[in-house]
Amino acid sequence: MTQFINVGERTNVAGSAKFKRLIKDGKFDEALSVALQQVESGAQIIDINMDDGLIDGEAAMERFLKLIAGEPDIARVPIMIDSSKWSVIETGLKCVQGKAVVNSISMKEGEAAFLEQARKVRDLGAATVIMAFDEAGQAETADHKFEICERAYNLLVNELDFPPEDIIFDPNIFAVATGIEAHNDYAVAFFEACKRIKANLPHARISGGLSNVSFAFRGNNPVREAMHSVFLYHAIPAGLDMAIVNAGQLTIYDDIPDELRERVEDVILNRRDDATDRLLDVAEKYRGDGKAKAQVVNLEWRQESVEKRLEHALVRGITEFIIEDTEEARLKAARPLHVIEGPLMDGMNVVGDLFGSGKMFLPQVVKSARVMKASVAHLLPYMEEEKKRLGTEGTSNGKILMATVKGDVHDIGKNIVGVVLQCNGYDVIDLGVMVPCDKILAAAKEHKVDMIGLSGLITPSLDEMVYVGEEMQRLGMDMPLLIGGATTSKTHTAVKIEPAYKSGSTVYVTDASRAVGVVSTLLSEEHADYKTKIREDYTKARKAHLAGQNKKARLTLKEAQANIWQPENGWAGYIPPKPSFTGTKTLVDYDLAKLRDFIDWTPFFATWELKGRYPAILDSEAYGEVARDLFKDANAMLDQIIAEQWVKARAVIGFWPCERDGEDVKVFTDETRTVVHARFHGLRQQISKGQNGKPNFNIADFVAPKNDYIGGFCVTTGLGDLGGEDGRVQTFKDAGDDYNAILFQALTDRLAEAFAEHLHQRVRREFWGYAPNETAKGDDLIAEKYAGIRPAPGYPAQPDHTEKATLFRILDATKEAHVTLTQSFAMYPASSVSGLYFSHPESVYFGVGKIEKDQVEDYARRKKMDLADVERWLAPILNYDRMS
Amino acid sequence: MSVWNKIEGAIKERIIMLDGAMGTMLQKQKLEEDDFRGTRFKDWPSPLKGNNDLLVLTKPSAVEKVHNDFLAAGADLIETNSFNATTISQADYDMSELATEIAVESANIARKCADAWTQKTPDKPRAVLGSIGPMNKTLSISPKVEDPGFRDVSFDEVRDSYKGQIRAMIPLVDAFLIETVFDTLNCKAAIAAARAVFVEVGYEKPIIISGTITDRSGRTLSGQTAEAFWLSIAHAKPFAIGLNCALGADEMRPHIAAISKVANTYVIAFPNAGLPNAFGEYDETPTDMSSQIKPWVEAGLVNILGGCCGTTPDHIKAIAESAQGLPPRKVPDIKSTLRLSGLEPFQIAV
Repeated sequence: MTQFINVGERTNVAGSAKFKRLIKDGKFDEALSVALQQVESGAQIIDINMDDGLIDGEAAMERFLKLIAGEPDIARVPIMIDSSKWSVIETGLKCVQGKAVVNSISMKEGEAAFLEQARKVRDLGAATVIMAFDEAGQAETADHKFEICERAYNLLVNELDFPPEDIIFDPNIFAVATGIEAHNDYAVAFFEACKRIKANLPHARISGGLSNVSFAFRGNNPVREAMHSVFLYHAIPAGLDMAIVNAGQLTIYDDIPDELRERVEDVILNRRDDATDRLLDVAEKYRGDGKAKAQVVNLEWRQESVEKRLEHALVRGITEFIIEDTEEARLKAARPLHVIEGPLMDGMNVVGDLFGSGKMFLPQVVKSARVMKASVAHLLPYMEEEKKRLGTEGTSNGKILMATVKGDVHDIGKNIVGVVLQCNGYDVIDLGVMVPCDKILAAAKEHKVDMIGLSGLITPSLDEMVYVGEEMQRLGMDMPLLIGGATTSKTHTAVKIEPAYKSGSTVYVTDASRAVGVVSTLLSEEHADYKTKIREDYTKARKAHLAGQNKKARLTLKEAQANIWQPENGWAGYIPPKPSFTGTKTLVDYDLAKLRDFIDWTPFFATWELKGRYPAILDSEAYGEVARDLFKDANAMLDQIIAEQWVKARAVIGFWPCERDGEDVKVFTDETRTVVHARFHGLRQQISKGQNGKPNFNIADFVAPKNDYIGGFCVTTGLGDLGGEDGRVQTFKDAGDDYNAILFQALTDRLAEAFAEHLHQRVRREFWGYAPNETAKGDDLIAEKYAGIRPAPGYPAQPDHTEKATLFRILDATKEAHVTLTQSFAMYPASSVSGLYFSHPESVYFGVGKIEKDQVEDYARRKKMDLADVERWLAPILNYDRMS
Repeated sequence: MSVWNKIEGAIKERIIMLDGAMGTMLQKQKLEEDDFRGTRFKDWPSPLKGNNDLLVLTKPSAVEKVHNDFLAAGADLIETNSFNATTISQADYDMSELATEIAVESANIARKCADAWTQKTPDKPRAVLGSIGPMNKTLSISPKVEDPGFRDVSFDEVRDSYKGQIRAMIPLVDAFLIETVFDTLNCKAAIAAARAVFVEVGYEKPIIISGTITDRSGRTLSGQTAEAFWLSIAHAKPFAIGLNCALGADEMRPHIAAISKVANTYVIAFPNAGLPNAFGEYDETPTDMSSQIKPWVEAGLVNILGGCCGTTPDHIKAIAESAQGLPPRKVPDIKSTLRLSGLEPFQIAV
């Protein structure tokens, strides 16, 4: 059986209207997916042609080839650089690293030009197609075709020492059944020429543009496909080695209905004078809807060995066949463990390499993990049974204990790190969220883990991590301590945690993609060197931190207060808007569908380490495809969350009369403004603003000296049956489906933020009603282009988490919204948001930044708290060392 | 009979030894900024420490010492200290205009050392390979994450820059070594440059090409397998093809074996002294390395052996000793057929 090569034609502007449109519109990303689809449907070479009057051929060829260079799934196959313009071909040759095929050169402009082009092709390391075309024109008869090819062959081999195996002839496939009698013999002439080339010109190959042959039947794809199939059936034995075809759409010769096949064969082989008419007679009958057959899912990989199939399933994240494949591998292996250590680990190593080299992205890796877990779950009972029988233990690369520290409930990032580590053969013991120090350390001893990983999102968790470090020191532990999570940093780790835990190593891990590298190095033979290096590195970081501390000029609290924020026209003529009610209002089982449009997707993608703004990220060249897949999965799950009420949304909002009182906001129980209900304490920026005219902000500044109002809110989307969001997450995890577990958590997080955004809009339009006609939506909402702000305690404008207690008290948030506060003032369920509403149209978000001891003392006095306590809560923003 | 003719004769009989790591040996001399500057570049505006190629102008004795140490250890071939002597790579130090001078001087120094040793040991002639590095800019990989179609250099610019380097060295060296190729398209530009210079000067010198498989994925940085790499540059008709850098001998073996099977020319390999440790240092000893490489020779995989990062004269000596008396690889007869490549090899059935 002769090997026949499919050259994909859909990346040819002449071969695909869709591709042409994409290139003309400059949509190269989408055009790339056309190339990928060609390769996936079996094209062994892809033909790229940009010849069109409205396209700058050189520029388009260059751009497209350079983009392909960054797409390993496409670039794995050779490229056929196809143009009738030599300059386009030469440009293309300078953009491909592989050995490409030029399509084509010919003698139509004489021998000299032909040899000059051939020499360049040879020197740039490509093979070339040579058209049967000379000064007199395109060859139509078998004699003329062969004569031209023979002449070209001799010139190349004798004059240029051109390797004969790099010569591919195109003896011209022309349209048959056109109604013009002279055309009837075109296919036969082609076959004859092929035979003579193969017999007389050693090593030369033959190619052709297949779709030409059926040109007369444009619009009738079933007949065209039948013609292509019949043509190949005869051309391949004659010597055709490759053809430019739509690889996804080739009918199998035997599948063509007998009647149609016979009449097509008559036409192709020019067997009867009335062949064309007879084919025309039946052509309509086979037209169908004229469209080509639908693309089927490519299951060719199912033909591979079971090892390859497992690898494919892992890399592509396909769970469909994993159980049967695992079972097959198990039956083949001596021990079930060998399946894990062999094909599964090999597959995960491929995944790890691709991830490490930026060719796979986090959502894909998490999907791979899901496949891995499904496979391992199938093997587990067999391994247990074997263990009972033989008393042997499995091997592991190491054991890592992970926990979100006491007081903190955020664990998406920790879960991602856990999955990535498991993918790499580590045993992960995940203690979950809000884990007290003693429990972490006891579990570490009990499970004899190799290291501990701590995670946290809110600032008070930083202190808790320091505490864990101190405890480890005290208990004489020496295993490495890994630190990660949104508020953690190398500086904090170096300055606070590492000095507390001297008997072991403390390592800050930037993100999930670094985790494996850190863990594997810590467990490798080079661990001692690595630890020394980390220590030196952190010593440097500490020094840099100390050196940088007093660089920025700070004001005294008094000076800062003198530079207070004022409305542009002062407070004198300002009449604060009055809310539609005072006191609180509770919203139960809020319609989730209403929140959907308010979702800010950019942070959702960031959770998955896909950085970039939505919606542009969907078209990102680097990870647009991954982002689109993820977005599709997210929306599908969102449909379910909403339709099946996986979570319940609940909120409480409130408004109260208030006025500014120095650095604080004094809140009254009612309009009489006599009884003080609560006090919100503000913190003022102390950074010197120099000459820039900007004020030193304090949130209290946005409140009028009298007759103003303040609002507060707490929303959650983490409630529901089955234990709310946690229950769902656990269900997914128990099923080994971390992908959906993380996806779900990320979505409920986004829904909570969307709820806050949506509710704020309703506050502005109706509840407070100071902007009844506001029309901001979508991006404007995300960009906060509206009047008023909703800062949250614990975040930059008021970094003190303890203020949440006051807010929760006056909202009665635990009773009304079913949200509780942990001892670190994190909200539970985690998918909850709370904050204050300020209505002043000129109010803005700002960051308090570092503050000095004078303000901390003042703040402690105002809050009636111990200075030490205040310093503990404000530790991240102190501009001085509180130990001293 | 020219030195190169003698090498061509010897390679049929035994393993030919290349030298080891120039960079490593220079590093061991603990040169400081002042050594790199010399008096000539005392007031040069940019920092020069690390511009190893510049030492041929400012501290030639340091380079000579390395050459002589390797020649003493038994190297048949030494590489000129010109890895970065191109206008494009020297731009890092604002020294583009010195690229030609550096290339010429690197060749002069290597020539002088090799000739002296040839005289000393006439039965073991020593040849000079003009080292052509990969450059600090790549033609197949975008430097901008957000724009994979972007390139900060063009094929013609790379080719022209290489032309300058090759033109400068061609009268002085015995052959060229296009090495540490991590982007095949850069290598193709270097090949095109060599061809152009050959036409200019009216004679040719042999080319040796050595790629770099970056990590255990078994691919070059630009994504090719070793075999696809060979197919992509075979048009250069290299005297030898092989791999260097990035991997230690054990990790490199399967890729050298793959090339050895398909290449109808000599095979060269000069691995690192193992994989770098956490500090980027190489710690395989001469014995470690030679005991890993000896089986290659026994299996008939290679014709030319040497060392890359971390290899010292002791490594070269140990490798040479372990290859002593063993027959070199026989160049296989490969059937002609159309062979193409993307990131992976492709061939039509023979």
